[in-house]
Amino acid sequence: MGRLDSGDGIVVAVWTWIGFREKFHYATAAILIITFVKIRFVFLDFMELRTAPWPLRMAFEVWAIAACVTLLGLYSLGV
Amino acid sequence: MSSTYEVTDSAKPHLPGESGVWMFIIGDVLIFSLLFSVFVYDRSQEVALFIEQQQLLNQTFGLVNTLLLLTSSWLVALAVHGARTGHLSQARGCFVLAILGGIGFVVIKYFEWSEKLTADLTIETNNFFMYYYLMTGIHLMHMFIGIGVLVFLWQCVRDAEFNTQGMGVLESGACFWPLVDIVWIALFALLYLMR
Repeated sequence: MGRLDSGDGIVVAVWTWIGFREKFHYATAAILIITFVKIRFVFLDFMELRTAPWPLRMAFEVWAIAACVTLLGLYSLGV
Repeated sequence: MSSTYEVTDSAKPHLPGESGVWMFIIGDVLIFSLLFSVFVYDRSQEVALFIEQQQLLNQTFGLVNTLLLLTSSWLVALAVHGARTGHLSQARGCFVLAILGGIGFVVIKYFEWSEKLTADLTIETNNFFMYYYLMTGIHLMHMFIGIGVLVFLWQCVRDAEFNTQGMGVLESGACFWPLVDIVWIALFALLYLMR
């Protein structure tokens, strides 16, 4: 649960940073965040990473956050 | 019913499948991440064009395909659970339905591409459609491989002698299908929904 909380913290921080930018399309940001939350549940439950050794699970958790933040950052270049 | 394969201690970590398969999956995920990043960066350079061209995509096709793949992934997870607990008939049924879901996706993709090609929207039309065909094409190749793997897994659980040794192979193959699902979930958001 602690990992989830830290992930949420990062998402909130990114969201806040995004909030300072003008004309940002909140709907797209929400879609990207929801997409990666959905992806997280697919790899945790359908790929059984919830019960996998922690380094593998952690690698995918970190990837999901990093990919989401990267795509949000790149998206913000065009708004 | 043949012998069962239980993960008896749920608190004990269990690597589903072979480690080599996971190396492949991680590599694939990283390559797709790079492709997604390049797409979003290029989109940021031509936002108006990408938004205008995106209107030509059929979101209903994309949404139906997303639901098909999500359901199919869930069915594969149920099939693995069924095989692990010795319910081979459940595993067989779930694999068949998952394969049908995959075939349904390919059929819808055929209609979608046909619609675009008929409208003279090809890979050379512009950057948006270049990425559209490139990314959905690579994903489609994964779909064909994934359906082949599912057929193989279905054959495995049809074998009355299926046992613990077969579980490693089953888990390895079954891990690939949700990867195809994950890539599509991201593609749906990037190509069809992002404004």
